Amino acid sequence: MHELSITRSMLEVVAREMKKSGVKRLKKVSIRVGELTAVEPDALRFCFDESIKGTPLEGAALDIENVPLSGKCDRCGTEFRIEAFSNACPKCGGNDIERTAGTELDIISIEAV
Amino acid sequence: MHEILIEEKILSRNNEIASGNRAFFKERKIFAVNVVSSPGAGKTALLERAVPALKDRVAIAVVEGDLATDLDAKRVGRFGVPVRQITTGRACHLDAHNISHVLPWVEEQGAVGLLLMENVGNMVCPAEYDLGEALRLVVMSVAEGDDKPLKYPAIFSSSDVLVLNKIDLLGHTDFDIERARSNALRINPYLKVFETSCRTGEGIDRLCAFLEGEMIRAKK
Repeated sequence: MHELSITRSMLEVVAREMKKSGVKRLKKVSIRVGELTAVEPDALRFCFDESIKGTPLEGAALDIENVPLSGKCDRCGTEFRIEAFSNACPKCGGNDIERTAGTELDIISIEAV
Repeated sequence: MHEILIEEKILSRNNEIASGNRAFFKERKIFAVNVVSSPGAGKTALLERAVPALKDRVAIAVVEGDLATDLDAKRVGRFGVPVRQITTGRACHLDAHNISHVLPWVEEQGAVGLLLMENVGNMVCPAEYDLGEALRLVVMSVAEGDDKPLKYPAIFSSSDVLVLNKIDLLGHTDFDIERARSNALRINPYLKVFETSCRTGEGIDRLCAFLEGEMIRAKK
């Protein structure tokens, strides 16, 4: 279960940023998880809650923005949600699809006091 | 209340270390391959075929990732190439940090041209961890379901090469190789697909010729 090591990496970034800003109490961490990542949001949430239990971060919330797999057709420029990994443009049927979103695994921001 | 904007990849630290590994490989003209698959698809068997086929043409070193034991390192070590075992303990994947620790060992082996890094058998976790490889190779076997690419899209979308292994078993299972191929290409249209049997040796020469070509291309 790599959600635990992902959580650890996330908390390292959080600790670094909190130190930099001189804040003490973490309220919320906002992250972005793409559809095409090997990350299960529920497992991530579980690991997050368990990892901060009994630490000064306890009680902080994890806000996960799920990003659907999206693409853009190179031929007609249509932007669309990719359903069932289809590589065809829903408008013109073209097969040159550039994937524009869905592989994110980012930390967006934190809220702290 | 402060909102502190970060906007950074969660695995940015891993990616930084991976970039360092990649620079190390590039500087020494080492072609590094990250071999991933579920347990039992034939990663080690593939190395047991590829190593003897390539070792007279390029200096090879092998890194073996496993939760425990050095059984795989012993299997590959029989072919007279340097092998280093990494036991990850509880971790279900290799990360860039693991690899950065073995770079001094790689250096000690002299002029290595090809570094084969066998990841921990797992179709999920290794997908997110860049090791600094030039090429990611995913192995899938005929004894598995041909729908596997659709179930584990991340590993197929992040790989460059797909090896469909155990083709000597075709006909003994319900695996439809054309369906497997089209499922994988749906996830990743850029995948180069090879069919092999590590048991009979079928298809190994084509795969090795491709790897050699990629090594030459990378040097340019």
